[in-house]
Amino acid sequence: MNVAVAKTGNGRAVSDLFASAEGRLPGSPSVIAARREAFETYERLGLPHRRIEEWKYTDLRALVGEVLPLAAAPDAAGLKRAADAVKAHAIAGARKLVLVDGVFAPDLSDIKALASEAGFKTLRETLEKDSGLLKTAATDAVISLNAAMATDGVVLDIADGAQLSAPIQIIHIATAPSASTFTRSQIAVGKGARATIIESFVAAGAKAYQVNDAVILSVGDNADVAHIRLMDDSPDAVNVTSQFVTVGANTKLNFFNMTTGAAVSRLQGFITLAGEGSELSVNGVNLLQKTEHGDTTLVVDHAVPNCVSREVFRAVIDDRAHSVFQGRIIVRPDAQKTDGKMMIRALLLSDEAEADNKPELEIFADDVSCGHGATAGALDDSLLFYLKARGLPEKQAQALLIQAFVGEAIEQIADDDLREHVIGIAERWLERRQ
Amino acid sequence: MALLEVKDLKVRVEEREILHGLTLTVNEGEIHAIMGPNGSGKSTLSHVIAGKPGYEVTDGQILFKGEDLLEMAPNERAAKGVFLAFQYPVEIPGVATMNFLRTALNAQRKARGESEYSTPDFLKKVREVSKSLNVPQDMLKRGVNVGFSGGEKKRNEVLQMALFEPSLCILDEMDSGLDIDALRIAADGVNALHSPKRAMVVITHYQRLLNYIVPDIVHVMSKGRVVKSGGKELALELEASGYAQFEDAA
Ligand SMILES: Nc1ncnc2c1ncn2[C@@H]1O[C@H](COP(=O)(O)OP(=O)(O)OP(=O)(O)O)[C@@H](O)[C@H]1O
Ligand SMILES: [Mg+2]
Repeated sequence: MNVAVAKTGNGRAVSDLFASAEGRLPGSPSVIAARREAFETYERLGLPHRRIEEWKYTDLRALVGEVLPLAAAPDAAGLKRAADAVKAHAIAGARKLVLVDGVFAPDLSDIKALASEAGFKTLRETLEKDSGLLKTAATDAVISLNAAMATDGVVLDIADGAQLSAPIQIIHIATAPSASTFTRSQIAVGKGARATIIESFVAAGAKAYQVNDAVILSVGDNADVAHIRLMDDSPDAVNVTSQFVTVGANTKLNFFNMTTGAAVSRLQGFITLAGEGSELSVNGVNLLQKTEHGDTTLVVDHAVPNCVSREVFRAVIDDRAHSVFQGRIIVRPDAQKTDGKMMIRALLLSDEAEADNKPELEIFADDVSCGHGATAGALDDSLLFYLKARGLPEKQAQALLIQAFVGEAIEQIADDDLREHVIGIAERWLERRQ
Repeated sequence: MALLEVKDLKVRVEEREILHGLTLTVNEGEIHAIMGPNGSGKSTLSHVIAGKPGYEVTDGQILFKGEDLLEMAPNERAAKGVFLAFQYPVEIPGVATMNFLRTALNAQRKARGESEYSTPDFLKKVREVSKSLNVPQDMLKRGVNVGFSGGEKKRNEVLQMALFEPSLCILDEMDSGLDIDALRIAADGVNALHSPKRAMVVITHYQRLLNYIVPDIVHVMSKGRVVKSGGKELALELEASGYAQFEDAA
């Protein structure tokens, strides 16, 4: 039987991507069948483009063109570079789980220290038995592609009542140039548990690589969780990450993302408030320069009554960079007494910088308090002058004001050391523009 | 030696000429007072000296220690020793006062090729200065001027002046908004800084300030020019008879 071969925007046969990778993809025969099905969905849809409403501002066909071949497992030299990168990017005291070129690296990870506090498996192990992890609540072409191609990831099980004594840091390291990695992780936080999970994306020598990551996070009732994503990939990389989050009742979830790297990036998050009385804080910072394109798209779905959601987004856009913030708040018919607010502010540092801010409310209940706002503007000249009149050179004066601007989102991170780590990454971004 | 020489300065703001040929020379060690009605151009002059954008100098020049000040960026002027205590200091939310003070002081020192202050040395210096000016430590923990009362903002300006130790201090209505005790403390701070190498230009509407900071020379500004200069008794004369006699002269 002849299978019709879909073409990418530039006419190349994409099915090579799967055919050449298939032998290296982990999973039982039923998992492989599920992967093939997911890949067919991807082939049918192709990379998202601007005529698909959700991807209107991030046309991957135009921005990325083609998906690079699957990265090979890292060699000894790659692992050595990765070990150095771990040293440079590890957060002091955190338990590290390291993925190198899409493959879990046990020697660089703190599995032993973690074992007493959380259940841990790799995605690879999990897929030997079960294809459940390849299914997600929402799907689109990049999510289907991830399901088809995911090589590894971490599967964390934080038991009911567990109080993690240290944060868990998942570090994604790219050492292979001109290749793609596909990772998928699941984090289940039990009832009444308390955990901080950080995900860092960095390069170790690699350029022009592509990352497609998926995270499935479930937070049980009465839990207290911080999830912090720090995407600092190489400036010529592509990073597309999809997050699926379900929140139980009376929980506190603090969700943070900072984008400081990648030529093209998209973080799409789907957060469902599924239990009453929960408080969700979502904060995002895009720091973009050169011709970078950074898209943060988050859907917060109030499915039940009496939840609070607060979203604070800040974009700092230099040169000819392009920032996209799309925030949608959905309030389902039953979700009375929902309190949902979102504020998006963009700071344009150059005349050619571009910001597309799109806050959206879809409200189907009548007794709610929801609101959003979006602004875009330049640095305040009178403040800049005050600082310069006190001796600060232009760039340094700008840096102080930029730090203050993004500080409003970063200060939502409660842990002092973690906040300092995040500020450090933002400062390095600022130094790159000096 | 002349520290500041303003020669026949003409300045336009948004197509309107505000300073119409202003001349003023301030020598090292001198204290000058500038008085004049609202809108006569006192703040405009101070802004042009500090390098605020939006002012177009159409004629004349400003020399500082013999160098062309108008060629320098505002931060270079600050590093060379020009300090303006603003009439209306801005609030800068999110920038902690301490961080701002240290960054500014070290930027100036770096520009002059001096070593930067270490954190303990800096803290010691700030503590000394804030104590002598009666500025509570708690004010320094807040954002720059954020939520400060009018008087607190002025005190923060004098604090910066004492910290940066500039050679030319221009004080634009530092007395407005200060209560009597604060005024005396701030004036003491200014006087403490006064030295044979340093000059002060005090812009004020009130003779009272000049009882504390005693000027060598008083200038009357009207309609964008210095229309009269004299000794400190000129301030008393103005207090008694107002500006009407000078408006015609301009
Ligand atoms: N940015 C501006 N745009 C338009 N006009 C301006 C601007 N700045 C100053 N002016 C005008 O210039 C003139 C001088 O103003 P300036 O603030 O220098 O006066 P001043 O002597 O300091 O007054 P005051 O005693 O009230 O502080 C005023 O008529 C003012 O309206
Ligand atoms: Mg004035």
